[in-house]
Amino acid sequence: MKISVIITLKKDVLDPQGKVIHQTLDGMGFDDVNEVRQGKYFEIDTKETDNNKAKAKVEEMCKKLLANLVIENYKIIDPK
Amino acid sequence: MKSSVITFPGSNCDRDMDVALKKFGFKNKMVWHADTELPKSDLVVLPGGFSYGDYLRCGSMASKSKIMKSVINFANSGGIVMGICNGFQILVETGLVPGVLLRNKYLEFICKNVFVKINDKKNKYFKNFDNEVLEFHIAHNEGNYFCTYDQLKEIEDNNQIAINYCDENGKIEDQFNPNGSIKNIAGIFNKEKNVLGMMPHPERMIDPSLSGEDGSLFFKNLINNLK
Repeated sequence: MKISVIITLKKDVLDPQGKVIHQTLDGMGFDDVNEVRQGKYFEIDTKETDNNKAKAKVEEMCKKLLANLVIENYKIIDPK
Repeated sequence: MKSSVITFPGSNCDRDMDVALKKFGFKNKMVWHADTELPKSDLVVLPGGFSYGDYLRCGSMASKSKIMKSVINFANSGGIVMGICNGFQILVETGLVPGVLLRNKYLEFICKNVFVKINDKKNKYFKNFDNEVLEFHIAHNEGNYFCTYDQLKEIEDNNQIAINYCDENGKIEDQFNPNGSIKNIAGIFNKEKNVLGMMPHPERMIDPSLSGEDGSLFFKNLINNLK
């Protein structure tokens, strides 16, 4: 089963890379952008076949490794 | 005094640290990240570098390596553990010291000498230190110290800030902050002050013909405090 995870920076955390991407977009003519926040995306292919169990495992992975909860939030996307 | 320096894949200041520790009287051992047992040590150092290529987040992979279980146990039982640069990033990822290290504010790799002011001397690292201000070297891309408001309050209440970026006279101001760190924080302790994480490299300041001598003062003072 493949489970996807999106990691984003929390609202109050400075994202200098997002800022630079925003500036570059602005310079390219995309001048209606309010803000850009950069994040990470993971696809985890697990042997687990039970949907809920797999999600619980991935949640544990997020808390222990994939995300740093001081600065990041994670969102697990329901497998199709 | 016995010390151990942990080498992770991608560490590159481990041998500099070895040279520095030996120069000031430590009997140092290099310890590989895949080892499980820590040699008997009075001091454990997590050196600078780019462990695991800085994948995922700087220090995140190294913080889960086999030897780190022993290092964490050592720290939790009061052992002296110092993380320099990438070692500091590893320490925050283990949770031994609070906060995180973000990308530098202006997105540039910073490699230069800086001045830092000692904020607290009631600890093994800076006790009996005559100087208030030290000149150290920094070289990092992710040294922008960040923590939550609640963490900052706790850090300040417990006097856990070890050193702040400043000018040569010890003035702590925004203009002397190289990387955007909250409150100019360059180094921080755990609550018990046996664990120190800092971005500057004292091991690069131990030879008067190559650099300054403030690293020498730091190591001499440290070994005396540990005796």
